[in-house]
Amino acid sequence: MTRDTADGDAEGVNELDETDETDRERNDESDPTASPGVPEAGRDEQPSIFVPDDGETEGDAVTDATAATTTTATATTAATDGGVESATGGSDSTDLDPDAYDPVDVFPGGDLDLREGADSCYKCTSCDTSCPVAEVDEEFPGPKFQGPEQWRLKRKDDHDIDESITSCSNCMRCDDACPSSVPLSQMHNEARGQFVEEQMEKLSREYIRNRILSNYRFFASIASKVPRLANAATKIPGAMKLGEKVLGIAGDREFPDFATQTFREWWKARGGAQVENPDKRVAYFHGCYSNYNTPEVGKAMVRVYEHFGYEVMVPPQKCSGTPMFANGMLKDARRHAETNVENLVEAIGEGADVIASCTSCSLSLRQEYPELFDIHGIEDVSEHTYEALEYLRINEDLEGELAGTKLADEQAFAYHAPCHARNQGLSRQAVETFRDVDGVTMEDVGDSCSGISGTYGWKEEKYEKSMEIGAEMFEHMEDAEGDVGMTECPTCAMQMEHGTGYEVEHPLQLLEDAVGA
Amino acid sequence: MAIDSDVLVVGGGLAAITSAIAAAREGADVRLISHKSSTLRQASGLIDALGYVPATEPAKPLREGPPTAGRELDRDEWPDPEGPLADPFEAVDRLPDAHPYRILGADALREGLALFDDLVGDAYRGSHTDSNALLPTFGGSVKPTARYPAAAEAGIASDDRPALIVGFRSLTEYDARAFAGRLEAAGVPFDVAGAEVEFAEAFRADTKVTRLAKALDHDEEIDGVSAREALAKAVAPHLHDVVDEAGGVDRVERVGFPAFLGDQAGDEVRDELADRLGADVFEIPMGPPSLPGLRLEDRLYDALDAEGVRFETGNPVVGIETEADGRVETVAVDRKGRETPYGADAFVLATGGLVGKGLDSDREGVREPAFGLHVEQPADRYEWFVDDAFGDQPYARFGVRIGEDGRALDAAGEAAYENVFAAGGVIGGADVAREKSASGVSLATGIVAGREAATEATQ
Repeated sequence: MTRDTADGDAEGVNELDETDETDRERNDESDPTASPGVPEAGRDEQPSIFVPDDGETEGDAVTDATAATTTTATATTAATDGGVESATGGSDSTDLDPDAYDPVDVFPGGDLDLREGADSCYKCTSCDTSCPVAEVDEEFPGPKFQGPEQWRLKRKDDHDIDESITSCSNCMRCDDACPSSVPLSQMHNEARGQFVEEQMEKLSREYIRNRILSNYRFFASIASKVPRLANAATKIPGAMKLGEKVLGIAGDREFPDFATQTFREWWKARGGAQVENPDKRVAYFHGCYSNYNTPEVGKAMVRVYEHFGYEVMVPPQKCSGTPMFANGMLKDARRHAETNVENLVEAIGEGADVIASCTSCSLSLRQEYPELFDIHGIEDVSEHTYEALEYLRINEDLEGELAGTKLADEQAFAYHAPCHARNQGLSRQAVETFRDVDGVTMEDVGDSCSGISGTYGWKEEKYEKSMEIGAEMFEHMEDAEGDVGMTECPTCAMQMEHGTGYEVEHPLQLLEDAVGA
Repeated sequence: MAIDSDVLVVGGGLAAITSAIAAAREGADVRLISHKSSTLRQASGLIDALGYVPATEPAKPLREGPPTAGRELDRDEWPDPEGPLADPFEAVDRLPDAHPYRILGADALREGLALFDDLVGDAYRGSHTDSNALLPTFGGSVKPTARYPAAAEAGIASDDRPALIVGFRSLTEYDARAFAGRLEAAGVPFDVAGAEVEFAEAFRADTKVTRLAKALDHDEEIDGVSAREALAKAVAPHLHDVVDEAGGVDRVERVGFPAFLGDQAGDEVRDELADRLGADVFEIPMGPPSLPGLRLEDRLYDALDAEGVRFETGNPVVGIETEADGRVETVAVDRKGRETPYGADAFVLATGGLVGKGLDSDREGVREPAFGLHVEQPADRYEWFVDDAFGDQPYARFGVRIGEDGRALDAAGEAAYENVFAAGGVIGGADVAREKSASGVSLATGIVAGREAATEATQ
């Protein structure tokens, strides 16, 4: 990343150094117990990329430490230019340096200057070809429009964001498809955030429904206080129909069961970590679903990592933001991100890498966080985050460990790679990891999207499209030998179960069985 | 600790897949890593070998002095290229010395095509002969090509049966009547007419072709009629549109469509349409988004899986680590900000050319960014190009140079690293756009690089 100030802009460098000083002082004063390894303010110290436009910018969205220096930093750097190196000292500068002149600098940037990304698009339409929504919904103009084209249109002041942005499911396959590395999902996130913020009626049923869906964690945390009651309530005949009528939540879906003991309750009851190892530490980002709905995934993660000698930490955490990005609720996402970054940075300071078992959580921490927010330490969190199986494959001799192992009961699995796993290069890891385990047959059911995309398939008006997108996966699952599904993503798992009736497992659960953890 | 394999192939296109499978068939444990989804989805799906031998010398010496680009000064003149070639193999000797075909020999091309034939089976045609086939392509030109999808077979230009070309008003980039006119102007030996029909009108104007393909795949109901039936009904009234010199033909025997006739169920869609129309049905390859390219991508990745090659897409290779003896030990893979080493005994670089981002350029120069290999180029930027856009553009031949064994060479013409091979568009020396040789160069260099890398790794 080159989001720091332009090379050779000595004044700007000094300004940033001062930021460091300010921040260090603040740390010293307010938190004398801060671990020595906690990353200091660094290149990510810039005004927030996402700044709500309704007057609460400075004090609210920007952390106190940066607020003081925001103004000066903005004056000397190309403000939050999303990676564009400025030869002119930024868009406010009137002096053009002919030696370092680049046409990019002539145009003023916004809060998030994505011009370079828009200019990199050569309209090959690979993104459109990869879009699962455009394949079933001719009303959806596709990622090329939502990204670079809409971004260019928006340069005019009076131009509204097209409502079709709400039909993008944020599967982010377009990122993976683009040969020019146009930051499509970042463009979509920005446009969607702006649409929701400025154009969406805040009292509309759709807004309220989307707010509820994206704040799943809030409702799950209440429901899991009384899991049996909550589970029973969603099964009352007509309850889901009522949800559809009142809120527009797809009535044909079965609401996931809440666990009677959450992962965190289990963790506390077992007395936390059973292995202590200052040399091999991981901080587990379990996400909402493993905590409230499928704690067996979280337990498998802990047991497998302890089997390999890791000390597991479970820092306080909130939602990764994935459902909020998909619904344009950037303010909510930012609030949660602040908590997550603060706690994960502390764990990183204690020598831990961050491990997520949900591929959307890991993608969010790795990619969307630094793309959308500037929070102290957010780049460090991004660089230290891994998916659970990925991390073991990099750091342990997993192949050696699994060679010659045998599963007690033979089982064939129909594996679906989540779209968000694809973007991290993980779409084949489960198939390859278990290839040599005796008794396991792992069949990849193809590269189609499951169609649920988190909250997308939960919306009444999107339900049919969601099932149409998923049809290919359902067919391939049924053609596959196995009758147990496997995937890393909890909402893909919901869709797989909904479409086929199969039980669906997480690779960590199989790994737990295979290594006998 | 690194993620290890015998051979690591960097790239995801035709050359990368070819070299990965060639290496796997030599018994190596192979991993393929690609930054983005394969660029095969942008490809026409036609597999060309060598269609033309373009002139490398202008008709008269180039003008001395500053460039005249954009000004109507003394324009340079270039002879027309030789071709279309009937036999790509016999023309190899007339290519420049630095061309990959000259370096590796025509047999490499033959073997590359044979491997391709084996991987795609009956989905492709053309393996019965050494000669090029002439296929009509998007835009109305005719392209010499060595292999072509079965779906395009009935459209072959040497066939003298009259043809109807179907278009849709909503597919704005494709005008059937202009297309038919251009084919006629190109002197094809058959009578042809274009007709615009109402089918895609049921969809909104900018509907993606993937949407149309899906509707045909699933034979969805459109206004109460199934999609395939609706399409056949729309075309039927035009089966007598073709006019020959005598004033009319009874009925066309083949009908060409833009290439969107289904994705997964393409054969089924074509068969049903042919049945309903009583005529052969063929697809005309289009620009991106290209369903023939997508179908080929699917088929080749299935082949990778079947050959036991591990592959992953999503993260770029950003650098290398070398050992003391000058071999490359690991490459650094950027996994969302964190560099992870991938180790191998041999590496194949198949990242593509300037469009595929295997080569990077700015005003200062042209570079190969992953391994930092030498790219031969004139120091003066004004010597990178000639004024005539269709002339012998030096930049078109920029790229990594290879030796007879596919090893990447340094500036002195020696192997840059003992264990690094190169394949496909990243290699210089060929002007694949003018030669119509992109696929053949990928297959020929891919099979050599893959085999040699496997030998190097398993020694």
